[in-house]
Amino acid sequence: MSGFPVRPTLALAMLVPVLMLASLTVGPAGLSPADTVAALWSGEGPAGIIARDIRLPRTLLAASIGATLGLAGAALQGLLRNPLAEPALFGAPQAAAAASSFVIAFGFVSATSMAVPLAGIAGALISIGGLIAIAGRRASLTVILLAGLALASFAGAATALILNLAPNPFIALEVAFWLLGSLEDRSSDHLFISGPFLVASWIVLMLNARAFRALTLGEDAAASLGVDLFRTRLLVVIGVAVGVGAAVAVAGSIGFVGLVAPHLVRRFAGSDPAHVMLPGALAGAVLLLTADVAVRIIPAAIELKVGVVTALIGVPFFLAMIFSERRMLEGSPS
Amino acid sequence: MTAIVAADKVSVSIGDARVVETATFRLARGMLTALVGPNGAGKTTLMRAVAGLIAAEGTITIDGRALESMSPRERARVLAYLPQGAVFHWPLRVDAIVTLGRYPHGDAFSSPTPDDRRAVAAALAATAIAQFASRPVTTLSGGERARVALARALATQAPVLLADEPTVSLDARHQLVVMQLLQDAARAGAAVLAVIHDLTLAARFADRVLMMQAGRVVAEGETATILQPDRIADIFGVEPAMLELDGVPLPLPRRPL
Repeated sequence: MSGFPVRPTLALAMLVPVLMLASLTVGPAGLSPADTVAALWSGEGPAGIIARDIRLPRTLLAASIGATLGLAGAALQGLLRNPLAEPALFGAPQAAAAASSFVIAFGFVSATSMAVPLAGIAGALISIGGLIAIAGRRASLTVILLAGLALASFAGAATALILNLAPNPFIALEVAFWLLGSLEDRSSDHLFISGPFLVASWIVLMLNARAFRALTLGEDAAASLGVDLFRTRLLVVIGVAVGVGAAVAVAGSIGFVGLVAPHLVRRFAGSDPAHVMLPGALAGAVLLLTADVAVRIIPAAIELKVGVVTALIGVPFFLAMIFSERRMLEGSPS
Repeated sequence: MTAIVAADKVSVSIGDARVVETATFRLARGMLTALVGPNGAGKTTLMRAVAGLIAAEGTITIDGRALESMSPRERARVLAYLPQGAVFHWPLRVDAIVTLGRYPHGDAFSSPTPDDRRAVAAALAATAIAQFASRPVTTLSGGERARVALARALATQAPVLLADEPTVSLDARHQLVVMQLLQDAARAGAAVLAVIHDLTLAARFADRVLMMQAGRVVAEGETATILQPDRIADIFGVEPAMLELDGVPLPLPRRPL
């Protein structure tokens, strides 16, 4: 029997705490890893405040959001049986971004206010409701995808309109910067707001892992094996929207992790869609932690946005992978 | 003949079109039934209705239980369905594909039981693909893939097996191999229904024939009595030549009428 890819998963699972420690250590205060761990443990003095209140939430958010994006990508690729599927497909992240942008632009709050993630999560939830209302109960995957595309375009246009109508250029710039995606200055409040949604999405998505494997045989064969296609689609749409919506709500748009993480994993963990989920989530955490460490190391007058860096790191990776597989891809029919 | 599948006045509409019209038939255990008919006769639609994949009017019962009263998993345990064309979207290992046949027997996180392993091993052996067990299914030839797809359906060990055009796009040898496997499954006690376009193949292997035309079942019965030259000419629009092999009459389409 082809078993679960234990070794690659363990390797990723060990890489995550290492990168989390790196993430906790990086910053202007110049604490050593040992000092950081000690300060994190004791929580005393300025070092304790820096480690616990400033760096720890950022590190935990990077790990959990990265994991959510990787898992959402793996789940969607499993559901759609297509390696090009990514979390933005159903429009939830765009809806979350539009709602959060609206609050920043017209709600008289700064980009780090709690109103921003709350609005984002509300936006994502409304978009799921809209998607299910448009697609209806017996909808085919094509109808759901088209409805998602329509919602995503609408939310994108709404965000553009908000930028267009922003009361002054500074607010427009703040919205634009927020949209680039960042984990800077996020607090434990952000973690508590998004945490339940992220964890709920993990549970919902993982419960469908076996159905994704059955879908390898196509929808008819999967249904004949006892997979409830409607229920599976609904749960995945909801799981992705809740998780990625909450992620966007606290961190802005972070592209590419959801698309690339499952791809990277498939190379050494195999293609079984059920077995890609956990390592895919871990790879997502690794990617986002790495990118978030990178933005703090790269010397720049303004801190680079992590959403920019995920694409900058991700694209060369992705291209290298495509080049190495090109001969195989050329040989096979689309 | 005790029927395990009983379909009474089954009708299916797709959009405004009435694709299957009041189809009534029985499937018995131990029998390989060939579902034949010209393109567009409604064979695939009828088969999908029996598999519970599309809504149908009328009643379909399996072992006396109404199809619509079964949960998807209950249905999947008594009825295995092999769709057209051996589709595999990901390069899974052959043994992982065949193990999917055990899907309805497990729950969300269960690992394969000894029963599952035995069923998978038996299906791999029956279809002679055990030597490919650890290879990605996408590296196999069309004929080998067809055997993997069939092994997956056999691994369920369901008393009813529905196969939609299992021999299409296979070479001469694999057509015989697949028909032989379906016949073996019937001999082992399953009720097997297979859509077959090749009337010669149907005549050679099927115990019974279910013939459809324009959404209706137009004939049902023992193979030799159903595949008569006049009826073939009438339904399929071909003039058949009747050959004989080992005492079995075989229709061979000679020219279109």
